Amino acid sequence: MADFAALPGLPAGPDGPVFAEPWQAQAFALAVRLSAEGAFTWPEWAATLADVLKQAEARDEPDDGSHYYEHWLVALERLVTAKGLVAPAELHARKHAWEAAYHATPHGQPVELGPT
Amino acid sequence: MAPHDPHTHAHDHDHEHSDVPSDLALRVKALESLLVEKGLVDPAAMDEVIDYFERRVGPRNGARVVARAWSDPTYKARLLSDATSAIAELGYSGRQGEHMVVVENTAAMHNLIVCTLCSCYPWPVLGLPPAWYKSAAYRSRAVIDPRGVIAEFGLALPENIEVRVWDSTAELRYLVLPERPAGTASLNEEQLADLVTRDAMIGTARVAAP
Repeated sequence: MADFAALPGLPAGPDGPVFAEPWQAQAFALAVRLSAEGAFTWPEWAATLADVLKQAEARDEPDDGSHYYEHWLVALERLVTAKGLVAPAELHARKHAWEAAYHATPHGQPVELGPT
Repeated sequence: MAPHDPHTHAHDHDHEHSDVPSDLALRVKALESLLVEKGLVDPAAMDEVIDYFERRVGPRNGARVVARAWSDPTYKARLLSDATSAIAELGYSGRQGEHMVVVENTAAMHNLIVCTLCSCYPWPVLGLPPAWYKSAAYRSRAVIDPRGVIAEFGLALPENIEVRVWDSTAELRYLVLPERPAGTASLNEEQLADLVTRDAMIGTARVAAP
């Protein structure tokens, strides 16, 4: 008999909303749409996500479900760069461009990217 | 909030600018804006996906499938032999081309669904999974100790009931057809659907009598 007492506990508590923050919904929808458009297949997606989750567990970061979309985002970045849809350097530069745009935009104004 | 990088700190004195989103949110914005520019995703289609999963799909679809199967033996037979088509009859179909399999709970058999590798889940009938379904604990323990996991959800299964665990994949998703509770002979399909819970269709609960 396995030692069940040594197993991690199940996360308790209420389920909460489907998405805790808007970025989670956007990351979710990106994977769904990219697959629907044929950028990758759903099994390819599931395998990449499974890999990311397995690596997190191997680093001793077993997820209670609350960091799930962080792993989802890592898998998405990994698959779109592996497929050559977006270059890693492009992603990095664009993230900083958005950050700079938030700093440069007065509070209350819509944030837009400047010329890149 | 993710740790700040030096770029952020350089601007911390300036309180007039817009609130800078978290590192995670910025990474998603970077991905989305690049993919939209390249014509690989359509923002309107993304909004539709989000709206669909936030507002329009949830366990009620699955509950209607279960209630129909309880009310109509020929539908139940179709559901158990070709779940993908039988579920599509009610207007629910998958977006990832996955096949559905429905497993029936009986007095002698209890079924539990899990996705040990990631979080494959029957979205069209149950919506998006709860946090616990995605947790490492559930994904590993459901297979090792299904009775113990089910007991933690408050359902103590007698030893004489066999427990089967179904591991979902990207191509194959499972839905549990729970046992119809006693004392429901006079209920119509809609009233029956109201009794069916999400957890009963995953297998971590039974449907309680009204």
